[in-house]
Amino acid sequence: MNLTVNGVERTISSPPLTPLLQVLREELGITSPKAGCQQGGCGSCTVLVGGEPRRACLLPVAAVEGASITTVEGLGTPERMAAVQQAFHDHYASQCGFCTPGMMIAVEALTRREASPDRYDIEEALAGHFCRCTGYVKIIAAAEALARGEVHASTNDPLAGGQSDQPEILVPGSPA
Amino acid sequence: MLPTSPEEAAQAFGDGTGITVLAGGTIVVPELTYRRLAPEKVLMLARSGLDRITRDGGAVTIGAAAPVSALESLDEPLATAARYVGDVEVRAQATVGGNLCAGPGRETPIGDLQAPLIALGARVRSAGSGGERTEPLEDFLAGDPRRRLVLDVSYDDKPREAGYAAMWRPHTHHYTILAVAAARADGELRLAATGAAPHAVRLSSVEASGNAADALNDVNPQDDALASAWYRRKILPRLVEQALANLTSQGAA
Repeated sequence: MNLTVNGVERTISSPPLTPLLQVLREELGITSPKAGCQQGGCGSCTVLVGGEPRRACLLPVAAVEGASITTVEGLGTPERMAAVQQAFHDHYASQCGFCTPGMMIAVEALTRREASPDRYDIEEALAGHFCRCTGYVKIIAAAEALARGEVHASTNDPLAGGQSDQPEILVPGSPA
Repeated sequence: MLPTSPEEAAQAFGDGTGITVLAGGTIVVPELTYRRLAPEKVLMLARSGLDRITRDGGAVTIGAAAPVSALESLDEPLATAARYVGDVEVRAQATVGGNLCAGPGRETPIGDLQAPLIALGARVRSAGSGGERTEPLEDFLAGDPRRRLVLDVSYDDKPREAGYAAMWRPHTHHYTILAVAAARADGELRLAATGAAPHAVRLSSVEASGNAADALNDVNPQDDALASAWYRRKILPRLVEQALANLTSQGAA
């Protein structure tokens, strides 16, 4: 079986009924989708399948054979974050970080399908996503800022602090 | 097994012996993950072509593998019920057929689309032992839905008054505690409840008398993880009243 993951074609050897989540995390080493409840209820495994948000824990890999999968590793890099990542960064929208990839994917999908989502649209889009730190206020603030076009993809490296002797940050699963 | 047409799917299902049907995966995949299910053979409907929705010949026909999200713009009270299922990602994956065949659920009765479809007078076309057959949804549910492969569900395309009233959990409301769907067409009133029995039940006593309290003649609610039987018995007549009060005209779209 084949999957295109973050723009890279990958050959999959897991059995056909293996959940996509397990294929991403264990076969491909892409660990941003989290194994939370693993029954579709918490949202932390959400990835884009053909551009639509889906629960990776509920999809047998055979059902998405040939599909294009995007995780947060495919949205941006630490050096050049995507707008949604920049918005979460700017608004302190990540606390422990466990729900963050699923939240970002849900917000990314929302802003792709709605030109100017309002607060209700954002709450609906995030309805299936738990933040057990209860950081919803800042997550919604980040999504609202993004919806208003107040955030742009970053051109700075926020983690390197301008120092050239910082080690290169390797993100498993990113096309780079 | 990954059939690529409805005929192939029905043939692969046979009489259903040893077959686990996997459509959207929202029910079956967690069972596999938690090793509560070790199927002999899995029939995946992802490419079966059973996901079409048509409106012609005086009927609306919904393929078994149509996602719940596709029902959000269909007729009431089905559309409102569909909008309250799970969340946006789950609605895009979960299917109508899975909702009709959903067992009682681990925590609570599930299958929120059953009551509104009963209210619409829906008929189920299914394959399995003895071949293909079409029957009213309430008869299908009273049988053994897991021994049948749902092909499609259909209802008459005609103007109706429809109402829906539900108790659901805010924020990731996975399951509805209790819901009542009502529809009136050509002077005939039909009502059904979700969450008051292992599957949705038609409230024939209320249809006959118009008295909301009679709903308790048709169902015997149980205690479960979401609510007590006592609470459900108190709330059910109120939801019936609300659904009846909410009856508003819906033209055939």
